[in-house]
Amino acid sequence: MNAREEILGRIREAVADRAGAEPVHVPRGYRTLPAPDGVVDLFVDRVEDYRAVVTRCTAAEVPARIREALGTAGRVLAAPGLRYDVDGAVVDDGQTALELDRLDAVVTEASVGIASTGTIVLEHGTGQGRRALSLVPDLHVCVVRADQIVPGVPEAVAALDPQRPQTWISGPSATSDIELDRVEGVHGPRNLHVIVAGD
Amino acid sequence: MTATFVGMPAFPGAARTALADTQLRQNLAHATGTIRTKRARVVGEVEEWEELRLAGAAIKDNTLHHLDEHLLRLEESLTELGATVHWARDAEEACRIVAEVARGHGVDEVVKVKSMATQEIGLNEHLAEEGILAWETDLAELIVQLGDDLPSHILVPAIHRNRAEIREIFRREMGKVGRPAPEDLTDVPAELAGAARLHLREKFLRAKVGVSGANFAVADTGTLVVVESEGNGRMCLTLPEVLVSVVGVEKVVPTWGDLDVFLQLLPRSSTGERMNPYTSTWAGISPGDGPQEVHVVLLDNGRTKALADTVGRQALRCIRCSACLNVCPVYERTGGHAYGSVYPGPIGAILNPLLKGVGHDDQVDSLPYASSLCGACFEVCPVRIDIPEVLVHLRSQVVDTHRGHKPPKPEAVAMRTAAWTLGDARRLGLAERASGLVGRLTRRGRALPGGRRALGRLPWPGSLWSDARDLPQPPTESFRAWWKRTSGGRG
Repeated sequence: MNAREEILGRIREAVADRAGAEPVHVPRGYRTLPAPDGVVDLFVDRVEDYRAVVTRCTAAEVPARIREALGTAGRVLAAPGLRYDVDGAVVDDGQTALELDRLDAVVTEASVGIASTGTIVLEHGTGQGRRALSLVPDLHVCVVRADQIVPGVPEAVAALDPQRPQTWISGPSATSDIELDRVEGVHGPRNLHVIVAGD
Repeated sequence: MTATFVGMPAFPGAARTALADTQLRQNLAHATGTIRTKRARVVGEVEEWEELRLAGAAIKDNTLHHLDEHLLRLEESLTELGATVHWARDAEEACRIVAEVARGHGVDEVVKVKSMATQEIGLNEHLAEEGILAWETDLAELIVQLGDDLPSHILVPAIHRNRAEIREIFRREMGKVGRPAPEDLTDVPAELAGAARLHLREKFLRAKVGVSGANFAVADTGTLVVVESEGNGRMCLTLPEVLVSVVGVEKVVPTWGDLDVFLQLLPRSSTGERMNPYTSTWAGISPGDGPQEVHVVLLDNGRTKALADTVGRQALRCIRCSACLNVCPVYERTGGHAYGSVYPGPIGAILNPLLKGVGHDDQVDSLPYASSLCGACFEVCPVRIDIPEVLVHLRSQVVDTHRGHKPPKPEAVAMRTAAWTLGDARRLGLAERASGLVGRLTRRGRALPGGRRALGRLPWPGSLWSDARDLPQPPTESFRAWWKRTSGGRG
């Protein structure tokens, strides 16, 4: 018997006692909790808690805020399809990881912002770029529109496409591996700058 | 290469050695204390926490009860999305599959995301035998690997090491396997993390094959999920051309929507954060983005054995958060090595016997006893695994496998004697008179909290028991004698 058939057989034997049994009830009340007031404010607070930099501005101000966030970064890549102008940005022409490592910063958009956890989620489509782009450079500037911010994890899961690759980002790269103290800055971007556009 | 757990002594012996290590106890007390406070704070923030725990347990139970159907659905979804699905009955078969994929691409190294499943099957050692180096890229795993050490915690395998020890390991070992640690490296955690960033970056950038586990595998959509902090996971999941993920069969959840429970429960229980820095999801192959060859190895290795145990199967709900380790008074004092497995602490004390079966190995059989049954583990478990219930259940299994052994174990003799004494009113009366006599002869024992006195050290073999416990002084008069003397309290 091949491994697949054997494992499936073992499982069927193991759970034979459950044949015809009713499924266990799954409470789902957590999905319909009232949204807290000031979801955008909460999002900003929670992202700042991770020691990321957060800026709020109107949609028209975004390019200027991006420029400020980039500071002295020289080689900047803008994700393909980014709706904001980034002066002198490098385009993604399939750079290797080694080439991406020579960039200073990347600018992307996001799909969803989660207020209760201070998380931005990328689905790596238009304006967000393939996964390596927002990973290898040391500064990630990410623009989230205020209307993309949802109260909690259930709303985010419901809004996202499970068949697209996703990256959920909560602050800069960090570790708690040394004496369980949190330290920012390991392998991912050590600096995360989130720009919240609109009210 | 990393040491293995084979040949570890049974828990009591290993615990005694660990307890003598004051540095270890200090490191553990500090680390577990820190994480307990953080967890309590972020769990307290979530009003619906108890409902989420109930939902998490129920989703896992429903999935386990129909595990065959969900695995077939997962296989179908993954295959449609271009992934190759393999099935592995045991550790050896799983290791062979990963090695074959690596060999097929002619590589002599792979980069690894921290994964309990690959540790459980001893993948690094197996690959090393085939001439393939497996680089651990999680900071704590790197510390363990460079130090030729053993993991001692599920989440933070180097929890037993403090910053000064880590600095020494980095300075001594990094240069032997790649970019050396900076000359002026101090023991400031941020600098240590920086050294790991530089050391590993060259390995990430050149890696052809990545190896991971998965925290969740969604049957409906073929989505795999890895939850991490440092970005090493993203590196391994994104940059290589080929990705192999070893996934325990119990990691499957039916639908994408079910993740809204687990992505709330796991980070808060595990690192005590509202959300971990990075969560990556991928479904098979995404054209132009990430690995273009994706393998998933579905691993049994004892899980179906655990599933067949109607009391013990709840252990397969485990999402490897390690909250139970951090609150356990036994773990906090002995550390993880004493459990002799990659799964230490309360969950390890039930998972190892369930996966391996009892009655074959004294080390495994000792684990259900590595607990005071205080119940703190059940209270914090995000998927409500009643660990004390399973511990007691496994203890009875261990006793059953030793029934009829010659010569009988001292506990068996003691229990048989007790049964004989308690089974007959006259014999019980005699025993009560004897114990009353002992009580009258030993009135000057040490006072216990509450005022009752304790007997001192018993003569051998009783000393084996009394050396670590207080035996209360027996009452001078039994209840039955008192009842008779006072006509039920009236006289």
